[in-house]
Amino acid sequence: MPIMEIVFYLFSAVLVASALCVVTVGNPVHAALFLVLSFFSAACIWMLLQAEFLAIVLVLVYVGAVMVLFLFVVMMLDVGPSRAASRIGAYLPVGLLVALAMGLQLFMVIWTRGLESQVMPEPRPEGYSHTSEIGRLLYTDYLYAFEIAAVILLVAIIAAISLTHRRRPGTRHQDPGRQVQVRREERVRLVKMSSDGEER
Amino acid sequence: MIDAFLTLAWTVTKIMMIVFPITIAVAYFTYFERKVIGYMQVRRGPNRVGPLGLLQPFADVFKMLFKEIIIPTNANRFLFLLAPVLALAPALTAWAVIPFDDWLVLADIDAGILFVLALTSMGVYGILIGGWASNSKYALLGGLRSAAQTVSYEIAMGFALVGVIVLSGTLNLTGIVQAQSGSLLSWFWLPLLPLFVIYFISGVAETNRAPFDVAEGESEIVAGFHTEYSGSAFAVFFLAEYANMILISALAALLFLGGWLSPFQGVPVLGDTVLGAGGVHWFLLKTALFCFLYLWFRATFPRYRYDQIMRLGWKVFIPITIVWIMVAGVFRLLGWYGGA
Repeated sequence: MPIMEIVFYLFSAVLVASALCVVTVGNPVHAALFLVLSFFSAACIWMLLQAEFLAIVLVLVYVGAVMVLFLFVVMMLDVGPSRAASRIGAYLPVGLLVALAMGLQLFMVIWTRGLESQVMPEPRPEGYSHTSEIGRLLYTDYLYAFEIAAVILLVAIIAAISLTHRRRPGTRHQDPGRQVQVRREERVRLVKMSSDGEER
Repeated sequence: MIDAFLTLAWTVTKIMMIVFPITIAVAYFTYFERKVIGYMQVRRGPNRVGPLGLLQPFADVFKMLFKEIIIPTNANRFLFLLAPVLALAPALTAWAVIPFDDWLVLADIDAGILFVLALTSMGVYGILIGGWASNSKYALLGGLRSAAQTVSYEIAMGFALVGVIVLSGTLNLTGIVQAQSGSLLSWFWLPLLPLFVIYFISGVAETNRAPFDVAEGESEIVAGFHTEYSGSAFAVFFLAEYANMILISALAALLFLGGWLSPFQGVPVLGDTVLGAGGVHWFLLKTALFCFLYLWFRATFPRYRYDQIMRLGWKVFIPITIVWIMVAGVFRLLGWYGGA
């Protein structure tokens, strides 16, 4: 199926190019937008692999929620063209180390799968549902791993909330319950005035 | 090779058969809006262009097209022009998985409901980028408001969809409608009544419509994210907003009011007549009902304050949806809805 392969290489090229742009462009908003583009092309590649559930969830979670918040913060911060590019030397050794480790892992995955594997997977039989298959695996074979991951996430959520949710003195809060219970008699006093302003 | 091109041509034709009516529907939705709100406010609404003012939408479209697109100084030209397209594309793409009838759907994909949710969540980029690229305070504030609001209400909306998925047992939109087959009482509005209400209110908030239209609140931030837009670029934003409204209405009809199913299904006398059998007309009627609700809200409710919008989304809607997902699970366990 040559069309599928053309599409695959197209999205791969976009993915690699936009990922490079994320770290090279100066403007942080542009960098965040390139990150969105790279997530989106990764999702398209997963879609080609017939992993439609994972692809859609990637778009839903990362493109639809996480990156919106990213952009939100970056736009609010109003950082100009950043000085990160000039400080690239400081990060280079650590960056190279991480890149080397990741590259090695990728290489080993490809090595163990065998070099003869093809780009596009075999088409699945009619009626095969990727979504329900993932659900079945997560809730049967990998139940413990799945639940442990869920608990770790829950702990992280609670920790993040408790770290940011501190009581500062002098802040004012609204209590909607009390606001709703307000009666006119408590707030408004009708005063009869004569036209020259003297209270009667 | 010829086959491939024929398939491509046929697919494009089918896409056109969806996109074209939606564009017309958007045009007449604006007319409908002005007429409905007009009569609610004891006015007549547009009645000069054509009989009963029916050609008014076209007059507006041509006016927009002939206007100049003004690009502010220091605006990011590329992103400024890309933003309306980014707003419109997801709004139209999501229609690919909407089933109009039992057999009438462009792409009958397995994870249809997730696809729609993912695409509606992407619509916010157009607004956010448009607000930022305009290089204007009001536009930026409008864009940020819209982003925060969309992300907040998406959670409540997603949880409301989980309730539907629990009862229907499928992510496929056609399957969800088929799971509601039976009668008026077996549609999901009854067992999922709180989720139904929350879904539609979240939908109104997602599309930035009154009473949640703080993203373009004219009394506070001029016109919000599209302050700097004019001409056809503004028209595209407008088209995206209304296409999204119709989409949310269509989804509410599909998920909670049984899509194309007839409310008189199973009534013996009506049988296979137009009233008894399901069909596109029922789907369109239900969608129109929700579209009308949008306008009714706009004519009735005052605008929410921004902190109240956030409180409603996070502290009221999300807890209710979480509780009701469990209630839906109990319904399923007891076998009242959705089979075994």
